[in-house]
This record gives sequence, C-alpha cells and structure tokens, in this order.
Amino acid sequence: MSDLDIGAVLREELGNIAPEIDMNSVDPSADLREALDIDSMDFLNFITAIHQRLGVSIPEIDYPKLMTLDGAVSYLKTKLR
Amino acid sequence: MVEFRMPSLGADMEAGTLVEWLVKPGDRVKRGDVVAVVETQKGAIEIEIFETGEIEQILVDLGAKVPVGTPLAEIRTDKEEVKAGMVARPAREALEVAASVPITAPPGAVPPAAPVPLPLSAGRVQASPAARQFAQIHDVDLASITGTGPAGAIVREDVERKHAAVVRPIEKKRALGLDLDAMRGAIAAAMARSKREIPHYYLEHQVDVTPCEAWLARTNATRPPESRLLMGAVAMKAVALAAHRFPAFNGFYLDEKFEPSSAVHVGMAIAIRGGGLAAPAIHDANRLSCDALMASMRDLVARMRSGRIRSSEIADATITVSSLGERGVEALYGIIYPPQVAIVGVGKVVARPWIVDDAIVPRSIVTITLSGDHRVSDGHAGALFLAEIGKLLQEPDQL
Repeated sequence: MSDLDIGAVLREELGNIAPEIDMNSVDPSADLREALDIDSMDFLNFITAIHQRLGVSIPEIDYPKLMTLDGAVSYLKTKLR
Repeated sequence: MVEFRMPSLGADMEAGTLVEWLVKPGDRVKRGDVVAVVETQKGAIEIEIFETGEIEQILVDLGAKVPVGTPLAEIRTDKEEVKAGMVARPAREALEVAASVPITAPPGAVPPAAPVPLPLSAGRVQASPAARQFAQIHDVDLASITGTGPAGAIVREDVERKHAAVVRPIEKKRALGLDLDAMRGAIAAAMARSKREIPHYYLEHQVDVTPCEAWLARTNATRPPESRLLMGAVAMKAVALAAHRFPAFNGFYLDEKFEPSSAVHVGMAIAIRGGGLAAPAIHDANRLSCDALMASMRDLVARMRSGRIRSSEIADATITVSSLGERGVEALYGIIYPPQVAIVGVGKVVARPWIVDDAIVPRSIVTITLSGDHRVSDGHAGALFLAEIGKLLQEPDQL
C-alpha cells in the first residue's frame, strides 16, 4: 500500500469523526487532536477504524506515533510492509 | 383508549416537530418501541412508547410543531381489549384497570412529562374564563401567550391565534439536524433557570489515579482497539456506584421537594461538533460492567453526533457527569441541569508531585468536582460523596 493510499484511508476515517473539517486543509504535521478538536474517544474510534480497515492493531503505547497525519502514515507503512 | 403525548425531553424543551412516524393505525406496539422521530433543539430524537397495544389513530401530521403534552396518537391498550370482551366486571377489578391505564412509564422510571415543573408564572397568568377553557381543551400553554385584553389579560382570541400558529403544519419537511442557535437558546434558558432556582455549592477533590492508569494500561495491552477502555468509563462507573450509595445526589427536585431515584441513570455531557451540548443518560450505569459502560458511552456519543438519541435517554438522567477530556482544564464546575440535584465534573489527568509513604513521587492526579443543590444536601455530605468516588478509583479492578 502506498503512502498516498494510506493517507487517503486516514483522511477518510478522520472525516467520519470530524465531518465538518476539510481534511485536505489539515497540516500533515499538526497534532490531530488539536487540528480536528477530537478527544480520547474520537481518537480511539480512529484507531479502531484503522484496525478494521488495514488489519493493523496499534497498541496504546504507540498512540503518540499517530498523533499527526505524517506520523500515522509512516507508522502504518512500517507495519504494513 | 390512551393518548400518546409529546414527551418532555428535559427542562429546556417546550415543543417538538414531528418529522417521522414509524407506525400507522392498526400497528401493534409494545412498551419501549420507537414509534416516531421528533426534532427538538437537541436534534432528532427517537420517541419511545410506554404502552403495549394497537395504534388506533395518528393525531399529528408530519411537519407539525406541537407543544409538550400534545396528544400525538391514540392507542388501544391490551387491557382495554380484555375489558371490552368481558361483561359486568366486578367493581374492584374495574378500578384496578382504570388506575393502571394512566401510568405511562415503567415503574421506577420518571414519566416523560414529569421532569419539567410548570413555569413559575403559570398560576399568575391573567386570562378570561373563555380563554382558559379553550387553552385547556386545546392544550395551549397560557404562559406562552401575550394577552391583548384589559391590563394585558389573555382573551379567547389570543389563545385561538396561538393555537392556530402552533398546530398549522409547516410547509415542507425540514431536514433532520441540529439548529445550533436554537440549542444555544435552550441551554441558556435551562442554565439561567438552574442558576436562578438552585442554590449551588461547589467542592473539589484531587484523586490519585495512578492505580487506574496502570490497570487500564494492563487491561488494554491485550485487547483490540474496539474493546479498549478509557479512563472516562472507569470514572463514570465510580460516580454511578457512589451515586447509588449517596441518594441525596441522585434524583429530582420537583414540586418543592426532593425525590431520590433508586435507579442510577448517569447523564453524560457530550459536546456536539460545531457547538452545543447534550447529556443523554446511560441507564442503570451502576449495574453495568466497565466494558458494558464503555460500549454504551461509545454508542451514545456516536448516536448523539448523528442525531439519533432516544427519548428515554434524553429525559431521565438522575445525575450528570461532565468531563472536558485530556485537552481540557484541570477542574470544571458544572451547572446543575434541573430537575437534577448534582453534577460531577472530571478534569484532565495531570502529572503532579505527590507524597506517597513520606516520599515525593510523580503521580497522575485528576480533580473531581461536585456542584450540589443546597436544598437537598450540604458540603459535608458532598465531601463524603466525592471521597467515595476517589476511594472507588483506587481499586479499578473491583469496579
């Protein structure tokens, strides 16, 4: 799966959580929690969606690596290799 | 025949717009069925029925906005069918049937219309006898009318005009969804009433949740994301158990007196994206496991945001928990949502130097607050209640 594809999946899932935000305008290096105003339950839903879509289980200890779009893409790329 | 009426879904609701009927005349319904969708300031709400029987007649058309209490449909209950099939019933049994019919809520639950006391001005409204009679027949709230008679008294024409304005169906079906301005207005009205009528007192208690965090980390480590727990669920369970043990914080203040509730339905304050707030209830939260509670919270947040909350959830919270989450503040002091008598605030978890066994160590601390109703309880009881929540959080595996 290419970076582009992973990015598209992430944007789609984040779009389900914060539908009023234009995902294309989100800075890929910004903290998602602040950029999208999401809380711990939203973030857990995001992680759950990634797990279901890509089959990657992300332990809680790795959550900090997925706090930005760029971080999440590179983390998942390693996991999917 | 029993009338199914527009329920009151909280202190801030005056009217609702019928946007969907899920039943038609002749349909069988049983208690708890969702029969209609009503749009309120809180968004679209699924309305449940508290009777078992057959829909006889639909009284309100789609698109009509009607005040709380307006009959929406007529239901022929099973009891009546039995009654109709018998002749010359003994008086005592007939009385029992009659007595049982008006009860529209399950035992232990609050009838949908009960939580909202009449506006204070209701008894002082100046109105002519003809106006009162018309208002009573057509279920028009006199307090909502500006009179044009002598000294501002309400005359029959005023009531007729109001009635016509209320019952005339709006021209086209509006899209489901939230009117955030209306919601802000409703919140403002309920909170202004709360601040005006409820003598609040405020307490805060700092709780070391290091054991909770460690337990959560251990528990979640072996679980897939969909079954992981959040601190919020553990805190919710602790509050629910404490509320069950301290009834002075769990129930309703109605008609100048407090009615404690044996059931603990914890309202969960949920921020709605784009603004606004609602606090639907998690029923019997004290009896749910942390896993079941977490599932309920996820479900409630998802349905609140997609605008599919059920009437029983929005109307009957017995206490509320408000949390601003991990990016929020350390402490928040809520405003009690009438007719409830307490609101618990849960701040974000912060790392703090703490003294454990005479040594200063870093610990995870959360500030839990209580806004209590002084008509029902005082600071001493409130402190014990908060201490109980803190104690429960020390042994999360026992929750």
